[in-house]
Amino acid sequence: MNVSTAVFYLIALITVVSAAMVAFSRNIIYSAFSLLGTFMGVAGLYVFLGADFVAAVQVLIYVGGILVLILFAVMLTHRITDVEITNRSAGTLPALLVVGVLAYLLIDAGLETPWAKAKQLVYEATAGKIGDQFLYTYLLPFELASLVLLAAMIGAVVLSRKEIKE
Amino acid sequence: MSPNDLSSYLIIGAIVFALGLFTVLTRRNAISVLMGVELILNSANINYVAFSHFSSGNADGQIYAIFVIMLAAAEAAVGLAIVLAIFQLFHTIDVEAAETLKD
Repeated sequence: MNVSTAVFYLIALITVVSAAMVAFSRNIIYSAFSLLGTFMGVAGLYVFLGADFVAAVQVLIYVGGILVLILFAVMLTHRITDVEITNRSAGTLPALLVVGVLAYLLIDAGLETPWAKAKQLVYEATAGKIGDQFLYTYLLPFELASLVLLAAMIGAVVLSRKEIKE
Repeated sequence: MSPNDLSSYLIIGAIVFALGLFTVLTRRNAISVLMGVELILNSANINYVAFSHFSSGNADGQIYAIFVIMLAAAEAAVGLAIVLAIFQLFHTIDVEAAETLKD
């Protein structure tokens, strides 16, 4: 087993174990910090898949933006000194059953289906190619994305401001 | 399982998806439900990028992954703003507390 395979196993383990911590931890702070492991692990998987730009975007937006937002919301909505269980869960057994069957079916489908194979695996810088595609093939979705982000920003500001009554 | 095998990425994606779905189904804390949604979006992204690398050989899947990341950022911003508004109104973020619409 060479080094890159070992690193791949390590990254896969970090991703899955952190996701399990998010799902099963009884303290919401631990859940939120475990999300960091999942996001970084997924970024590592992107590097293994030759998607350097997506990996960088994942680290910048998920770890730098979304995770900070989630921690911010956790800290604002919980009194940290409370020792009680902050992350209640209900209906665990039926959910475990449904999710287990679904995971089995997904893994089975992934292993059994004869997926199309690319002629060769390419490992090259993707940022230029993605930038070209954004400004040719995907120009309309790209512009719509900026509109969506503007609408989300205005919506978040409107929702979270204090109501001032006359 | 090896780094040069599509199925290993599909297995990781399926496991992360199942754990995210489990989080969404069982948690009673609104922020935890949003964390589960983020896990599900991440698992979909793993599959997009894996198929883009192993099956199609072009960058289309990576572009879809970037769009998903963008929508996840918008979703997190609006979702957490809604959670904070619910907290101001009900002084709790238990999702069962915010069911006054059905009365």
